[in-house]
Amino acid sequence: MKPLHTILIKGAHIVDPASGRDGIFDIHIEKGNIKKIASTIEPQNGIEVLDAKKLHIFPGFIDVHVHFREPGFEQKETILTGCQAALYGGFVACVTMPNTQPPCDNQSVVEHILAKAKEVPFRLFPAGTLTRGREGKELSEMADLKRAGAIAVTDDGNWVSDSLLMRRCMEYASMNNLVVITHAEDHRLSGDGVMNEGVFSTSYGLIGVPAESEIIAVARDIELARLTKADLHIAHVSAAGAVDLIRRAQKEGLSVTAEAAPHHFSFTDELLGTYNTNLKMNPPLRSARDVAAIKEGLRDGTIGMIATDHAPHTEEDKMAEFNYAPVGTIGLETAVGVTLTELYHKKVLTLGQVVEKLSVNPAKRFGMKGYGSIREGALANLTLVDIEEKWNVTKEGLVSKSKNSCFLGQDLKGRVKATFCLGRFWSHA
Amino acid sequence: MSGRVWKRKDLLGLKDLEPEEIELILDTAESFQEIGNRPIKKVPTLQGRTLVNLFFEPSTRTRISFELAEKRLSADTVNFSADISSTIKGETVKDTAKNLEALQVSLVIMRHPSSGAPHRLARYLKCGVINAGDGINEHPTQALLDMFTVRQKKGKLKGVKVSFIGDILHSRVARSNLWGLTKMGAEVTLCGPRTLLPRDVEKLGVRVTTSLEEAVESADVINLLRIQLERQKDSFFPSIREYANTYQINKDVLKKAKPDVVIMHPGPVNRGVELSSDVVDGPYSIILDQVTNGLAVRMAVLYLLSGVKP
Amino acid sequence: MSDKLIFDEESLSRTLKRLAHEIIERNAKLEEIVLLGIRTGGVYLASRLQKLILEISGLTLPIGILDITLYRDDLGAGTNQPEVRGTEIDFDINNKIVVLVDDVLFTGRSIRSAIDQVIDFGRPKSIQLAVLVDRGHRELPFRPDFVGKNVPTSREEQVEVELSENGKKDKVIVRPKVDHER
Repeated sequence: MKPLHTILIKGAHIVDPASGRDGIFDIHIEKGNIKKIASTIEPQNGIEVLDAKKLHIFPGFIDVHVHFREPGFEQKETILTGCQAALYGGFVACVTMPNTQPPCDNQSVVEHILAKAKEVPFRLFPAGTLTRGREGKELSEMADLKRAGAIAVTDDGNWVSDSLLMRRCMEYASMNNLVVITHAEDHRLSGDGVMNEGVFSTSYGLIGVPAESEIIAVARDIELARLTKADLHIAHVSAAGAVDLIRRAQKEGLSVTAEAAPHHFSFTDELLGTYNTNLKMNPPLRSARDVAAIKEGLRDGTIGMIATDHAPHTEEDKMAEFNYAPVGTIGLETAVGVTLTELYHKKVLTLGQVVEKLSVNPAKRFGMKGYGSIREGALANLTLVDIEEKWNVTKEGLVSKSKNSCFLGQDLKGRVKATFCLGRFWSHA
Repeated sequence: MSGRVWKRKDLLGLKDLEPEEIELILDTAESFQEIGNRPIKKVPTLQGRTLVNLFFEPSTRTRISFELAEKRLSADTVNFSADISSTIKGETVKDTAKNLEALQVSLVIMRHPSSGAPHRLARYLKCGVINAGDGINEHPTQALLDMFTVRQKKGKLKGVKVSFIGDILHSRVARSNLWGLTKMGAEVTLCGPRTLLPRDVEKLGVRVTTSLEEAVESADVINLLRIQLERQKDSFFPSIREYANTYQINKDVLKKAKPDVVIMHPGPVNRGVELSSDVVDGPYSIILDQVTNGLAVRMAVLYLLSGVKP
Repeated sequence: MSDKLIFDEESLSRTLKRLAHEIIERNAKLEEIVLLGIRTGGVYLASRLQKLILEISGLTLPIGILDITLYRDDLGAGTNQPEVRGTEIDFDINNKIVVLVDDVLFTGRSIRSAIDQVIDFGRPKSIQLAVLVDRGHRELPFRPDFVGKNVPTSREEQVEVELSENGKKDKVIVRPKVDHER
């Protein structure tokens, strides 16, 4: 296992909204702990020095929506390869989704995930299921899950369409201090759709998913959050109408937060004309109007987090014809690059806001103690980025076990150069 | 001599074709018509070439039409009717393509239930791919033979009013016709129950109506689309009875049509549903001309695509 | 190298008259003859021969058009694929004397295509060939039965035929080949 690292980082631009720091600083990390942060620190005792003139340092990024496929689908990704991809992408912690085989609805799976992560070492916060087996019929043993280390509950991939059951789930989760993450989709309304419903689905001859299937589900879940006073987090928001509902709910003071994935603020449904299965996701890529609404939601804080919904699939699986290919794209290694390219460099968000979306808000919402800020005395969990470096996304450059990235071939500006995770130093050359 | 040359490796749809390319196909098809009237209905043009009919969806008429077109051009034909489950079993598009190239195939004619499947196969193949129907996306040769037939009967395509009636949402025939006809200057009307009209289709330069009367009264051509009886289960319409009562073309409805209107249908016809039996067999119907023309159009397409150097 | 004039309006007319006479002379049973003009050069010439034979003999021979595009041996060889215009033969050719008419006889490959196609239409009694110009360089063993003029040419030259039916004055010349026409 990697040792706890000792290093003096000189001249880095630290952006840490929690402490208010936004400037050039030296950081001294001693055996994995942040010993001192100051404008100048002299190197002593032959300490390793990192010239960070070109680097920004942020509190370690957290991805609150990843699929690591273990147990059950290890051919797509394992916990080990997933954590490595996360580190490469500048993430120090992730919330794993429970749609594994067996699903994460019991203590054993939670413990397995935590143990595997420890071997890297990486910090995973497993989400357990809302319902037993993710079947949408009965409550899962949430107290047990919480005790084992689960941080939230969700049936991600499925929406609990039974409103009575969802009410019970939310009340029960709330009682156990678990955030309820909802995959908001009225499956009946989505039907057999494989892309966003609109003029492009009509042109390309593909059955469409109307945005209303997400909006209706979000509306129902918000009303139940109002009723139960549960902490609701809306996964992968993609539709303009959903953003409006969330904004209104937040104005009313309801405990509703939301995340958006990089592909939902980068691509529109028009791109599906090539029938590229790497662009097939759920929720699907939507219209230009929806993309603009997502960006506005990020800008005004309605959408508080950026989460990748990292969904690995093997090359053989994705090679199937469009109708039969599985949905999803990997995202850990491109998230920072895409966020900087599409939001920071295009002046939608400031760097401070980027840090809020990727670190501060996730840590706060999910009660991740010690995360979301850079503090003297804390274990080093830091993301080091060259925000100007231009790079191109290639298959060969990805460390994730699966290479189904919708960003293949894209030119990005902003690249993670190194990650401090649990006091260990991971340099990406 | 106009010097028109076909340049595309594949014929995947009409959506991206130029009007001149469509015209070239239609004009070429005219020359192929008389071969069917010869004593020896064969020309040696594609002799020695191997053409593969890759049909992942059951089809009788289209496959027979292509097979006959291929044989009349003296090509060797291979029929590959795969159950779609073989794809789910794991043979990928790439593997299919590699196998075909190992057989030194000259052209692949592909029908598949998933939209975009021929497009993806074409990317892996050096030889050309002809789309014989992909999902609900396109069926270019059907639209071409439809346009050929309209041009034959009406003398032109520009300004001709063509109405499509039926399940537009799931119809690749309607989509290909939409692209082709609008490019050639025809006026297209789409008609059917709201539940079977595609989202935002009026943005594609066509008139949309749920009224049969509106679709029929000004039409020069009425093209009926097949109603799949299974759609009733998915609540697209309450019953076949009600559908037929609202949208069937029969003698009474035709009283409101132009006297020189022609009736078309890609087949197979659900007699008594889209069309009444007497209209199918009546004087307005040019359904059998479509079948005959289908042969000439497909021969023209095979000829033109065979002339493209790989 | 400059253009060489082979036929002008007057000499072309005389030659066609001679060809018409030769066709009549060679064939005892005139009523068995059908004329097939090979697209595109032979079509108008066949029509003129039909008229001349009518003037001389009083008999209107059946006339058709042969499009050999579908019988060529060079499909997809990289050269521009010519457009198919269609064959028009509205009569029975069984037991008839088919006289193929073309403007220029060169390698003989067009004639091979034409004969293959004629045989697909039936079994003629015999096939004869009438050409306006024979420019040599045969690659297949064909010889014409009726020739307007033998004109030795080099491969770097081409024979151009202009006819009044196309809106130009009747003229046949030999000229050097322009590069893009190779």
